[in-house]
Amino acid sequence: MYATTYHKPRTLAEAVALYESSDEPTYLSGGHTLIPTLKNRLAAPQHLIDLRAIPELSGIAVTSDTVVIGAATKHAAVAASKEVKAAIPALAGLAGSIGDVQVRHMGTIGGSTANNDPAADYPSAVLSLNAILHTDRREIPADEYFQGLYTTALEPGEILVRLEFRIPDIAGYAKFRNPASRYAMAAAFVSKHRDGHVRVAITGAGNEGVFRWTEAEERLTENLTAKALDGLAIDPSRMMGDMHAPADYRAHLVTVMARRAVQNLGGTHIV
Amino acid sequence: MSRVTITINGRAETREVEDRTLLVQFIREHVGLTGTHVGCDTTQCGACTVHLDGRAVKSCTVLAAAADGAEVTTIEGLADGQTLHPVQQAFHEHHGLQCGYCTPGMIMASVDIIRRHDGMLDEHTVRHELEGNICRCTGYHNIVKAVLDAAEKHRAAHAVAAE
Ligand SMILES: Cc1cc2nc3c(=O)[nH]c(=O)nc-3n(C[C@H](O)[C@H](O)[C@H](O)COP(=O)(O)OP(=O)(O)OC[C@H]3O[C@@H](n4cnc5c(N)ncnc54)[C@H](O)[C@@H]3O)c2cc1C
Ligand code: FES
Ligand code: FES
Repeated sequence: MYATTYHKPRTLAEAVALYESSDEPTYLSGGHTLIPTLKNRLAAPQHLIDLRAIPELSGIAVTSDTVVIGAATKHAAVAASKEVKAAIPALAGLAGSIGDVQVRHMGTIGGSTANNDPAADYPSAVLSLNAILHTDRREIPADEYFQGLYTTALEPGEILVRLEFRIPDIAGYAKFRNPASRYAMAAAFVSKHRDGHVRVAITGAGNEGVFRWTEAEERLTENLTAKALDGLAIDPSRMMGDMHAPADYRAHLVTVMARRAVQNLGGTHIV
Repeated sequence: MSRVTITINGRAETREVEDRTLLVQFIREHVGLTGTHVGCDTTQCGACTVHLDGRAVKSCTVLAAAADGAEVTTIEGLADGQTLHPVQQAFHEHHGLQCGYCTPGMIMASVDIIRRHDGMLDEHTVRHELEGNICRCTGYHNIVKAVLDAAEKHRAAHAVAAE
């Protein structure tokens, strides 16, 4: 790791001011993506601005309509939250399937959503549940937030403060993991919203990162059963291909994961 | 440079360190407690697992400066004098190690698992929750046996304590 200067601001305003007045600053949350990157010298920020002491970024609040999670909330806290488990069990289950125990004790929902790794779990829930992303300066709907591999609508210096999920009628998450890295090779988050609409978000597989599989959404909105997906395929040219799984295999996995998510509505299916 | 104070195994340790110092470097190089190992340095192997404010974390992926003011327990902090911690004792009895390189991390992760589940563990859960710890020698079999045995003793001890 190159030399750097660590800061721990206590307020949003202080964090943004530090960002704006520093040369080559980067925000730090759980560090479980950023620190490995720094150790590999793939990035060399001169200033690390730790967001975890800012009160607005912490806490989980559940009402009858929404689950609101502070950006610095750790994966383990979301997984263990009784309120989240009761409101959106698939979301708690997803959080409990990220990485391993130690990763879940440090990694945060905001860090994962800001990073937008094409194989990360949370982006699928954010997109399927049509979450609203509250930043230090505005609200961004999920459909406008994800903009391709590691790219989001966040501007330089913009801080993701909390994520607001509308509670669906029911949701399910199914994932096929890479056994070595434990990241998704393909995963589907399916949710039926209270207006009857079904949204299907796929992560791990798409060559532009997380995406909505609209053909599956149309069929499932009419008929929310795995059978409704019979005969529906996805174009392998939209898929990532790498040494772990070629694109046509990933395309196949997507259809299997979508089916499993529907078969496991109200929970998760992780292999 | 930052002045960082971390309470390690009950002792406040203050050092002047570079901001890029990792928690594992603080523990090993600055405080001299070398029981915590570095196996991969890429957050995969879990050899560097310690408890940070009571939770198992990979200390190769935490900045010492970010842990300022925190409480850390390392493998050196488990035994009570000459008496091994029950999880250490179980690893010893079940031969849950060969070369021993992964063992400090395995034990710190196992203590965390047993505590979080109040000792209510089955083999599947132990294997699942030890995913973040890699052992190149044992094939995990005896490690899992040791954790299950220690979990059972934890339950028994707590049932006695509750009476
Ligand atoms: C061994 C291992 C296995 C893993 N497995 C999985 C897995 O299976 N699934 C999965 O989804 N993830 C996995 N991860 C990634 C893990 O979930 C990370 O914690 C997460 O992706 C990043 O969150 P963080 O809090 O650690 O963010 P950091 O690493 O601190 O930050 C990541 C990026 O987001 C930016 N950032 C952070 N917070 C904010 C904010 N509030 N506002 C604006 N920008 C911000 C930072 O500047 C940085 O660029 C794994 C990581 C490891 C080390
Ligand atoms: S040395 Fe930290 S996880 Fe391997
Ligand atoms: S005992 Fe050798 S690595 Fe586990």
